[in-house]
Amino acid sequence: MSSVTGTSGGPREGPAGTVMVVATGVANVASVLAAWRRLGVSARLTRDPAEVLEASHVQLPGVGSFGAAMESLRQDGLDEALRRRMALGRPTLAICVGLQVLAEASEESPGVPGIGVFPGVVRRFPGTVRVPQFGWNAVSLPGGQRPPEAPLAPGHAYFANSYRLAEAPGGWQWAVADHGGPFVAALWRGAVLATQFHPELSGPWGLGVMARFAALPADGRTSW
Amino acid sequence: MVTRRVIPCLDVRDGRVVKGVRFQGLRDQGDPAALAQSYEAQGADEIVMLDVSATPEGRRTALETVRAIREVLSIPLTVGGGVRSLADARALLEAGADKVSVNTAAFEDPGLLSAIAEGLGRQCAVLALDAARRPEGGFEVLVRSGRQRTGRDAVAWAREAVAAGAGEVLLTSWDRDGTGEGYDLDLLAAVCQAVPVPVIASGGADRPEDLVAAFRAGADAVLAASIFHEGRWTVDRLKEHLAREGIEVRRC
Repeated sequence: MSSVTGTSGGPREGPAGTVMVVATGVANVASVLAAWRRLGVSARLTRDPAEVLEASHVQLPGVGSFGAAMESLRQDGLDEALRRRMALGRPTLAICVGLQVLAEASEESPGVPGIGVFPGVVRRFPGTVRVPQFGWNAVSLPGGQRPPEAPLAPGHAYFANSYRLAEAPGGWQWAVADHGGPFVAALWRGAVLATQFHPELSGPWGLGVMARFAALPADGRTSW
Repeated sequence: MVTRRVIPCLDVRDGRVVKGVRFQGLRDQGDPAALAQSYEAQGADEIVMLDVSATPEGRRTALETVRAIREVLSIPLTVGGGVRSLADARALLEAGADKVSVNTAAFEDPGLLSAIAEGLGRQCAVLALDAARRPEGGFEVLVRSGRQRTGRDAVAWAREAVAAGAGEVLLTSWDRDGTGEGYDLDLLAAVCQAVPVPVIASGGADRPEDLVAAFRAGADAVLAASIFHEGRWTVDRLKEHLAREGIEVRRC
Protein backbone atom coordinates (compact mmCIF):
# COMPACT_ATOMS: atom_id res chain seq x y z
CA MET A 1 0.00 0.00 0.00
CA SER A 2 2.97 2.32 -0.33
CA SER A 3 2.52 3.25 -3.96
CA VAL A 4 -0.26 5.81 -3.69
CA THR A 5 1.14 9.31 -3.45
CA GLY A 6 -1.42 11.45 -5.23
CA THR A 7 -5.10 12.01 -4.67
CA SER A 8 -6.16 8.94 -6.57
CA GLY A 9 -5.14 5.32 -6.75
CA GLY A 10 -6.34 2.13 -8.33
CA PRO A 11 -8.82 -0.14 -6.63
CA ARG A 12 -7.22 -2.34 -3.97
CA GLU A 13 -7.76 -6.02 -3.53
CA GLY A 14 -8.11 -8.15 -0.41
CA PRO A 15 -8.58 -7.27 3.25
CA ALA A 16 -5.10 -5.76 3.64
CA GLY A 17 -6.14 -2.95 1.30
CA THR A 18 -9.44 -2.17 2.99
CA VAL A 19 -9.90 0.79 5.32
CA MET A 20 -12.15 -0.27 8.18
CA VAL A 21 -14.40 2.59 9.24
CA VAL A 22 -15.59 2.38 12.85
CA ALA A 23 -19.38 2.65 12.87
CA THR A 24 -19.99 4.86 15.90
CA GLY A 25 -23.36 6.12 14.71
CA VAL A 26 -24.89 7.47 11.59
CA ALA A 27 -23.44 11.01 11.21
CA ASN A 28 -21.87 11.59 7.83
CA VAL A 29 -20.47 8.10 7.27
CA ALA A 30 -21.98 8.22 3.76
CA SER A 31 -19.70 11.16 2.95
CA VAL A 32 -16.67 9.30 4.31
CA LEU A 33 -17.40 6.13 2.31
CA ALA A 34 -18.09 8.15 -0.87
CA ALA A 35 -14.71 9.88 -0.46
CA TRP A 36 -12.91 6.53 -0.21
CA ARG A 37 -14.77 5.37 -3.33
CA ARG A 38 -13.64 8.46 -5.24
CA LEU A 39 -10.06 7.65 -4.20
CA GLY A 40 -10.43 4.04 -5.42
CA VAL A 41 -9.74 2.79 -1.87
CA SER A 42 -11.95 0.00 -0.62
CA ALA A 43 -13.60 0.79 2.74
CA ARG A 44 -16.30 -0.71 4.88
CA LEU A 45 -17.97 -0.21 8.24
CA THR A 46 -17.24 -2.34 11.28
CA ARG A 47 -18.18 -2.64 14.96
CA ASP A 48 -16.03 -5.73 15.52
CA PRO A 49 -13.28 -4.97 18.09
CA ALA A 50 -11.06 -7.74 16.65
CA GLU A 51 -11.24 -6.12 13.22
CA VAL A 52 -10.61 -2.69 14.72
CA LEU A 53 -7.51 -4.05 16.44
CA GLU A 54 -6.13 -6.10 13.54
CA ALA A 55 -7.13 -4.28 10.34
CA SER A 56 -4.30 -2.74 8.32
CA HIS A 57 -6.00 0.68 8.31
CA VAL A 58 -8.74 1.98 10.60
CA GLN A 59 -10.67 5.22 10.42
CA LEU A 60 -12.65 6.71 13.30
CA PRO A 61 -15.12 9.19 11.76
CA GLY A 62 -16.46 12.27 13.52
CA VAL A 63 -19.94 11.94 14.92
CA GLY A 64 -22.15 13.96 17.24
CA SER A 65 -21.00 14.72 20.74
CA PHE A 66 -17.96 13.56 22.73
CA GLY A 67 -20.17 11.71 25.21
CA ALA A 68 -22.26 9.96 22.55
CA ALA A 69 -19.14 8.90 20.63
CA MET A 70 -17.49 7.46 23.79
CA GLU A 71 -20.67 5.65 24.80
CA SER A 72 -20.85 4.04 21.37
CA LEU A 73 -17.17 3.06 21.46
CA ARG A 74 -17.38 1.58 24.97
CA GLN A 75 -20.43 -0.57 24.16
CA ASP A 76 -18.47 -3.16 22.20
CA GLY A 77 -14.99 -2.53 23.62
CA LEU A 78 -14.05 -0.52 20.54
CA ASP A 79 -12.31 2.08 22.74
CA GLU A 80 -9.90 -0.56 24.07
CA ALA A 81 -9.31 -2.00 20.57
CA LEU A 82 -8.45 1.51 19.30
CA ARG A 83 -6.17 2.19 22.26
CA ARG A 84 -4.26 -1.06 21.65
CA ARG A 85 -3.89 -0.64 17.88
CA MET A 86 -2.57 2.91 18.33
CA ALA A 87 -0.12 1.69 21.00
CA LEU A 88 1.06 -0.87 18.44
CA GLY A 89 1.56 1.95 15.91
CA ARG A 90 -1.01 0.67 13.39
CA PRO A 91 -2.28 3.15 10.79
CA THR A 92 -5.25 4.96 12.36
CA LEU A 93 -7.08 8.07 11.11
CA ALA A 94 -9.39 9.88 13.56
CA ILE A 95 -11.61 12.71 12.35
CA CYS A 96 -13.26 15.63 14.24
CA VAL A 97 -14.85 14.14 17.37
CA GLY A 98 -12.61 11.16 16.54
CA LEU A 99 -9.63 13.37 17.39
CA GLN A 100 -11.31 14.70 20.52
CA VAL A 101 -12.05 11.27 22.04
CA LEU A 102 -8.32 10.48 21.88
CA ALA A 103 -7.85 13.13 24.62
CA GLU A 104 -8.55 12.59 28.30
CA ALA A 105 -11.84 14.48 28.54
CA SER A 106 -13.97 17.24 27.02
CA GLU A 107 -15.92 20.19 28.40
CA GLU A 108 -18.72 19.01 26.11
CA SER A 109 -19.40 15.91 28.23
CA PRO A 110 -18.16 16.45 31.81
CA GLY A 111 -17.34 13.26 33.68
CA VAL A 112 -16.93 11.15 30.54
CA PRO A 113 -13.35 9.88 30.16
CA GLY A 114 -11.85 9.82 26.67
CA ILE A 115 -9.61 7.07 25.29
CA GLY A 116 -6.62 8.99 26.67
CA VAL A 117 -4.09 8.35 23.89
CA PHE A 118 -2.62 11.73 24.77
CA PRO A 119 -3.04 14.06 27.76
CA GLY A 120 -5.22 17.13 27.55
CA VAL A 121 -8.81 18.31 27.80
CA VAL A 122 -10.89 19.46 24.82
CA ARG A 123 -12.48 22.86 25.48
CA ARG A 124 -15.14 25.07 23.88
CA PHE A 125 -14.11 27.90 21.57
CA PRO A 126 -14.12 31.30 23.32
CA GLY A 127 -17.32 33.38 23.23
CA THR A 128 -15.61 36.02 21.07
CA VAL A 129 -16.16 33.98 17.88
CA ARG A 130 -19.15 32.29 16.25
CA VAL A 131 -19.69 28.79 17.58
CA PRO A 132 -19.94 26.24 16.03
CA GLN A 133 -17.06 27.03 13.71
CA PHE A 134 -18.50 26.22 10.29
CA GLY A 135 -16.37 26.62 7.23
CA TRP A 136 -12.96 26.62 5.62
CA ASN A 137 -10.04 27.70 7.73
CA ALA A 138 -6.36 28.09 6.80
CA VAL A 139 -4.23 25.23 8.16
CA SER A 140 -0.49 25.72 8.59
CA LEU A 141 2.34 23.57 9.90
CA PRO A 142 4.42 25.27 12.63
CA GLY A 143 7.19 22.72 12.04
CA GLY A 144 7.45 23.74 8.38
CA GLN A 145 7.22 20.12 7.15
CA ARG A 146 5.67 19.15 3.84
CA PRO A 147 4.44 15.84 2.43
CA PRO A 148 5.83 13.18 2.33
CA GLU A 149 7.41 14.11 5.69
CA ALA A 150 3.99 15.29 6.92
CA PRO A 151 0.50 13.91 6.19
CA LEU A 152 -0.72 17.27 4.92
CA ALA A 153 0.38 20.43 3.18
CA PRO A 154 -0.69 23.93 4.22
CA GLY A 155 -4.12 24.67 2.77
CA HIS A 156 -7.77 25.33 3.55
CA ALA A 157 -9.72 22.63 5.39
CA TYR A 158 -13.41 22.36 6.27
CA PHE A 159 -14.26 22.45 9.99
CA ALA A 160 -17.56 21.92 11.82
CA ASN A 161 -16.87 22.02 15.55
CA SER A 162 -17.68 23.83 18.80
CA TYR A 163 -14.85 22.29 20.85
CA ARG A 164 -11.14 21.99 20.14
CA LEU A 165 -7.76 21.12 21.60
CA ALA A 166 -5.93 24.39 22.18
CA GLU A 167 -2.42 22.94 22.44
CA ALA A 168 -0.66 19.93 20.99
CA PRO A 169 0.44 17.28 23.50
CA GLY A 170 4.17 16.65 23.83
CA GLY A 171 5.67 14.15 21.40
CA TRP A 172 3.09 14.86 18.68
CA GLN A 173 3.56 16.90 15.55
CA TRP A 174 0.74 19.19 14.66
CA ALA A 175 -0.94 21.56 12.26
CA VAL A 176 -2.62 24.73 13.50
CA ALA A 177 -5.57 26.94 12.54
CA ASP A 178 -7.08 30.00 14.22
CA HIS A 179 -10.60 30.64 15.50
CA GLY A 180 -10.52 33.02 18.47
CA GLY A 181 -6.91 31.89 19.00
CA PRO A 182 -4.79 29.02 17.71
CA PHE A 183 -6.12 25.48 17.96
CA VAL A 184 -5.00 22.02 16.91
CA ALA A 185 -6.12 21.36 13.31
CA ALA A 186 -4.33 18.01 13.12
CA LEU A 187 -1.98 15.83 15.19
CA TRP A 188 0.21 12.97 14.12
CA ARG A 189 2.72 10.57 15.58
CA GLY A 190 3.95 7.46 13.81
CA ALA A 191 1.05 6.08 11.79
CA VAL A 192 -1.65 7.74 13.91
CA LEU A 193 -3.23 10.84 12.33
CA ALA A 194 -6.03 12.82 13.96
CA THR A 195 -7.68 15.74 12.17
CA GLN A 196 -10.08 18.28 13.67
CA PHE A 197 -11.14 19.14 10.12
CA HIS A 198 -13.12 16.86 7.82
CA PRO A 199 -10.78 15.63 5.06
CA GLU A 200 -13.74 13.95 3.33
CA LEU A 201 -15.35 17.40 2.94
CA SER A 202 -12.21 19.39 2.18
CA GLY A 203 -12.13 18.99 -1.60
CA PRO A 204 -9.05 17.67 -3.45
CA TRP A 205 -6.80 18.91 -0.60
CA GLY A 206 -8.67 16.71 1.89
CA LEU A 207 -8.73 13.72 -0.43
CA GLY A 208 -4.94 14.09 -0.61
CA VAL A 209 -4.74 13.67 3.19
CA MET A 210 -6.87 10.51 2.99
CA ALA A 211 -4.80 9.12 0.10
CA ARG A 212 -1.56 9.63 2.04
CA PHE A 213 -3.08 7.81 5.01
CA ALA A 214 -4.25 4.89 2.83
CA ALA A 215 -0.75 4.68 1.36
CA LEU A 216 0.89 4.09 4.78
CA PRO A 217 2.43 0.63 5.10
CA ALA A 218 0.31 -1.62 7.30
CA ASP A 219 3.22 -2.59 9.56
CA GLY A 220 3.34 0.84 11.16
CA ARG A 221 6.59 1.86 9.46
CA THR A 222 5.89 5.37 8.31
CA SER A 223 7.54 8.30 6.67
CA TRP A 224 5.93 10.87 8.99
CA MET B 1 -9.69 32.92 10.64
CA VAL B 2 -12.49 30.87 9.21
CA THR B 3 -13.20 32.26 5.74
CA ARG B 4 -16.60 33.55 4.56
CA ARG B 5 -18.53 30.96 2.57
CA VAL B 6 -20.20 31.16 -0.83
CA ILE B 7 -22.93 28.54 -1.15
CA PRO B 8 -24.77 27.75 -4.39
CA CYS B 9 -28.31 26.55 -3.70
CA LEU B 10 -30.03 23.81 -5.66
CA ASP B 11 -33.83 23.87 -5.42
CA VAL B 12 -34.67 20.34 -6.51
CA ARG B 13 -37.99 18.97 -7.69
CA ASP B 14 -38.44 15.48 -9.16
CA GLY B 15 -34.69 15.10 -9.59
CA ARG B 16 -34.14 18.39 -11.43
CA VAL B 17 -32.87 21.79 -10.29
CA VAL B 18 -35.56 24.45 -10.56
CA LYS B 19 -35.78 28.10 -9.55
CA GLY B 20 -38.68 30.45 -9.26
CA VAL B 21 -39.56 33.86 -7.92
CA ARG B 22 -41.01 34.01 -4.38
CA PHE B 23 -41.06 30.22 -4.41
CA GLN B 24 -43.43 30.20 -7.43
CA GLY B 25 -43.12 29.75 -11.19
CA LEU B 26 -40.36 27.12 -11.17
CA ARG B 27 -38.04 26.84 -14.19
CA ASP B 28 -35.75 23.90 -15.05
CA GLN B 29 -32.07 24.66 -14.42
CA GLY B 30 -30.33 21.31 -14.85
CA ASP B 31 -29.05 18.07 -13.28
CA PRO B 32 -28.33 18.44 -9.51
CA ALA B 33 -25.20 16.25 -9.35
CA ALA B 34 -23.67 17.80 -12.47
CA LEU B 35 -24.34 21.32 -11.18
CA ALA B 36 -23.01 20.50 -7.69
CA GLN B 37 -19.81 19.04 -9.15
CA SER B 38 -19.32 22.03 -11.40
CA TYR B 39 -19.81 24.46 -8.48
CA GLU B 40 -17.26 22.55 -6.37
CA ALA B 41 -14.74 22.84 -9.22
CA GLN B 42 -15.43 26.59 -9.37
CA GLY B 43 -14.59 26.95 -5.66
CA ALA B 44 -17.98 26.67 -3.92
CA ASP B 45 -17.51 26.19 -0.17
CA GLU B 46 -20.61 24.11 0.37
CA ILE B 47 -23.79 23.09 -1.45
CA VAL B 48 -27.32 23.48 -0.15
CA MET B 49 -30.03 21.33 -1.72
CA LEU B 50 -33.65 22.16 -0.95
CA ASP B 51 -36.26 19.58 -1.88
CA VAL B 52 -39.18 21.65 -3.16
CA SER B 53 -41.33 18.72 -4.19
CA ALA B 54 -44.44 18.32 -2.12
CA THR B 55 -45.31 14.66 -2.50
CA PRO B 56 -44.10 11.39 -0.92
CA GLU B 57 -42.83 10.29 -4.37
CA GLY B 58 -40.88 13.51 -4.62
CA ARG B 59 -39.32 12.84 -1.20
CA ARG B 60 -38.07 9.43 -2.30
CA THR B 61 -36.63 10.96 -5.46
CA ALA B 62 -34.90 13.55 -3.27
CA LEU B 63 -33.05 10.81 -1.35
CA GLU B 64 -31.84 9.43 -4.69
CA THR B 65 -30.70 12.91 -5.69
CA VAL B 66 -28.77 13.28 -2.41
CA ARG B 67 -26.99 9.97 -3.12
CA ALA B 68 -26.13 11.06 -6.65
CA ILE B 69 -24.73 14.39 -5.45
CA ARG B 70 -22.73 12.76 -2.62
CA GLU B 71 -21.07 10.37 -5.04
CA VAL B 72 -19.36 13.25 -6.87
CA LEU B 73 -19.12 15.94 -4.17
CA SER B 74 -16.08 16.46 -1.85
CA ILE B 75 -17.45 19.50 0.01
CA PRO B 76 -20.25 19.75 2.60
CA LEU B 77 -23.86 19.16 1.56
CA THR B 78 -26.82 20.57 3.48
CA VAL B 79 -30.23 19.19 2.59
CA GLY B 80 -33.64 20.54 3.56
CA GLY B 81 -37.26 20.56 2.54
CA GLY B 82 -40.00 18.49 4.13
CA VAL B 83 -37.95 17.23 7.09
CA ARG B 84 -40.55 16.40 9.77
CA SER B 85 -38.74 14.06 12.16
CA LEU B 86 -35.42 12.78 13.46
CA ALA B 87 -35.94 9.74 11.21
CA ASP B 88 -36.23 12.00 8.14
CA ALA B 89 -33.00 13.75 9.15
CA ARG B 90 -31.23 10.44 9.71
CA ALA B 91 -32.34 9.14 6.29
CA LEU B 92 -30.86 12.24 4.62
CA LEU B 93 -27.54 11.80 6.46
CA GLU B 94 -27.45 8.14 5.51
CA ALA B 95 -27.99 9.16 1.88
CA GLY B 96 -25.02 11.53 2.05
CA ALA B 97 -26.06 14.86 3.57
CA ASP B 98 -23.72 16.39 6.17
CA LYS B 99 -26.29 18.79 7.63
CA VAL B 100 -30.08 18.89 7.60
CA SER B 101 -32.17 22.04 7.55
CA VAL B 102 -35.60 22.15 9.14
CA ASN B 103 -38.23 24.83 8.74
CA THR B 104 -41.97 24.32 9.31
CA ALA B 105 -41.67 21.21 11.49
CA ALA B 106 -39.16 22.95 13.77
CA PHE B 107 -41.45 25.96 14.07
CA GLU B 108 -44.32 23.71 15.10
CA ASP B 109 -42.10 21.72 17.48
CA PRO B 110 -38.69 23.18 18.43
CA GLY B 111 -38.05 19.82 20.12
CA LEU B 112 -37.19 18.52 16.63
CA LEU B 113 -34.08 20.72 16.65
CA SER B 114 -33.15 19.38 20.09
CA ALA B 115 -33.68 15.80 18.89
CA ILE B 116 -31.47 16.32 15.83
CA ALA B 117 -28.79 18.11 17.89
CA GLU B 118 -28.74 15.35 20.49
CA GLY B 119 -29.05 12.42 18.10
CA LEU B 120 -26.86 13.61 15.23
CA GLY B 121 -24.91 16.54 16.63
CA ARG B 122 -25.59 20.26 16.74
CA GLN B 123 -23.43 20.67 13.62
CA CYS B 124 -26.14 18.75 11.70
CA ALA B 125 -29.06 20.93 12.85
CA VAL B 126 -29.68 23.92 10.59
CA LEU B 127 -32.69 26.18 11.13
CA ALA B 128 -34.19 27.34 7.83
CA LEU B 129 -35.98 30.58 8.64
CA ASP B 130 -38.14 32.31 6.04
CA ALA B 131 -38.98 35.85 7.11
CA ALA B 132 -41.01 38.73 5.67
CA ARG B 133 -41.28 42.39 6.60
CA ARG B 134 -44.34 43.43 8.58
CA PRO B 135 -46.12 46.63 7.55
CA GLU B 136 -45.84 47.86 11.12
CA GLY B 137 -42.07 47.17 11.23
CA GLY B 138 -39.97 44.17 12.13
CA PHE B 139 -40.04 40.73 10.55
CA GLU B 140 -42.32 37.75 10.91
CA VAL B 141 -41.76 34.04 10.39
CA LEU B 142 -43.33 32.38 7.34
CA VAL B 143 -43.82 28.61 7.12
CA ARG B 144 -45.08 26.12 4.53
CA SER B 145 -42.80 27.47 1.77
CA GLY B 146 -43.86 31.02 2.47
CA ARG B 147 -47.58 30.30 2.15
CA GLN B 148 -48.40 30.81 5.83
CA ARG B 149 -47.68 33.89 7.90
CA THR B 150 -47.29 33.05 11.57
CA GLY B 151 -47.24 36.46 13.24
CA ARG B 152 -44.18 35.31 15.21
CA ASP B 153 -41.22 37.70 15.43
CA ALA B 154 -38.39 36.27 13.30
CA VAL B 155 -35.57 37.42 15.57
CA ALA B 156 -37.21 35.95 18.67
CA TRP B 157 -37.78 32.66 16.86
CA ALA B 158 -34.13 32.54 15.72
CA ARG B 159 -33.05 32.94 19.36
CA GLU B 160 -35.40 30.24 20.57
CA ALA B 161 -34.39 27.81 17.80
CA VAL B 162 -30.70 28.22 18.58
CA ALA B 163 -31.39 27.66 22.27
CA ALA B 164 -33.27 24.48 21.27
CA GLY B 165 -30.31 23.10 19.31
CA ALA B 166 -29.85 24.78 15.92
CA GLY B 167 -26.15 25.11 15.05
CA GLU B 168 -26.65 27.43 12.10
CA VAL B 169 -29.38 29.65 10.64
CA LEU B 170 -30.25 29.70 6.94
CA LEU B 171 -32.08 33.01 6.74
CA THR B 172 -34.22 33.68 3.68
CA SER B 173 -35.95 36.96 2.98
CA TRP B 174 -39.29 36.07 1.42
CA ASP B 175 -39.64 39.64 0.14
CA ARG B 176 -36.39 39.37 -1.81
CA ASP B 177 -36.21 35.70 -2.85
CA GLY B 178 -35.74 35.40 -6.61
CA THR B 179 -36.21 39.13 -7.17
CA GLY B 180 -32.56 40.09 -7.62
CA GLU B 181 -33.06 43.16 -5.40
CA GLY B 182 -30.27 42.19 -3.01
CA TYR B 183 -30.37 40.57 0.43
CA ASP B 184 -32.53 42.16 3.13
CA LEU B 185 -29.67 43.67 5.13
CA ASP B 186 -31.83 44.86 8.04
CA LEU B 187 -33.19 41.37 8.57
CA LEU B 188 -29.70 39.91 8.28
CA ALA B 189 -28.11 42.31 10.76
CA ALA B 190 -30.93 41.78 13.27
CA VAL B 191 -30.59 37.97 13.25
CA CYS B 192 -26.76 38.01 13.19
CA GLN B 193 -26.76 40.17 16.32
CA ALA B 194 -29.33 37.98 18.06
CA VAL B 195 -27.66 34.56 17.75
CA PRO B 196 -24.11 33.27 18.43
CA VAL B 197 -24.17 30.67 15.63
CA PRO B 198 -23.28 31.24 11.95
CA VAL B 199 -25.93 32.85 9.74
CA ILE B 200 -26.30 32.18 6.00
CA ALA B 201 -27.89 35.04 4.04
CA SER B 202 -30.39 33.98 1.38
CA GLY B 203 -32.86 35.56 -0.99
CA GLY B 204 -32.29 38.35 -3.49
CA ALA B 205 -28.66 38.08 -4.63
CA ASP B 206 -28.10 39.40 -8.15
CA ARG B 207 -24.81 41.29 -8.24
CA PRO B 208 -21.46 40.74 -6.45
CA GLU B 209 -22.12 43.95 -4.52
CA ASP B 210 -25.10 42.20 -2.90
CA LEU B 211 -22.81 39.51 -1.47
CA VAL B 212 -20.28 42.08 -0.26
CA ALA B 213 -23.09 43.97 1.49
CA ALA B 214 -24.35 40.78 3.16
CA PHE B 215 -20.90 39.95 4.54
CA ARG B 216 -20.51 43.52 5.80
CA ALA B 217 -23.90 43.21 7.52
CA GLY B 218 -22.54 40.21 9.46
CA ALA B 219 -23.33 37.13 7.35
CA ASP B 220 -20.93 34.20 7.75
CA ALA B 221 -22.04 32.74 4.44
CA VAL B 222 -24.14 33.73 1.46
CA LEU B 223 -26.50 31.54 -0.49
CA ALA B 224 -27.35 32.22 -4.11
CA ALA B 225 -29.01 30.34 -6.94
CA SER B 226 -29.96 32.24 -10.10
CA ILE B 227 -26.70 34.21 -10.17
CA PHE B 228 -24.88 30.90 -10.68
CA HIS B 229 -27.45 28.78 -12.56
CA GLU B 230 -27.90 31.38 -15.26
CA GLY B 231 -24.13 31.51 -15.75
CA ARG B 232 -23.80 35.23 -15.15
CA TRP B 233 -21.19 34.65 -12.44
CA THR B 234 -18.97 31.69 -11.64
CA VAL B 235 -18.06 31.10 -8.01
CA ASP B 236 -14.37 31.76 -8.63
CA ARG B 237 -14.98 35.08 -10.41
CA LEU B 238 -17.31 36.09 -7.63
CA LYS B 239 -14.69 35.19 -4.98
CA GLU B 240 -12.10 37.19 -6.88
CA HIS B 241 -14.41 40.17 -6.57
CA LEU B 242 -15.03 39.49 -2.86
CA ALA B 243 -11.29 39.23 -2.17
CA ARG B 244 -10.71 42.57 -3.91
CA GLU B 245 -13.33 44.07 -1.60
CA GLY B 246 -11.42 42.79 1.43
CA ILE B 247 -13.71 39.84 2.22
CA GLU B 248 -11.65 36.83 3.31
CA VAL B 249 -12.56 33.86 1.11
CA ARG B 250 -11.00 30.53 0.17
CA ARG B 251 -9.49 30.59 -3.32
CA CYS B 252 -8.98 27.34 -5.22
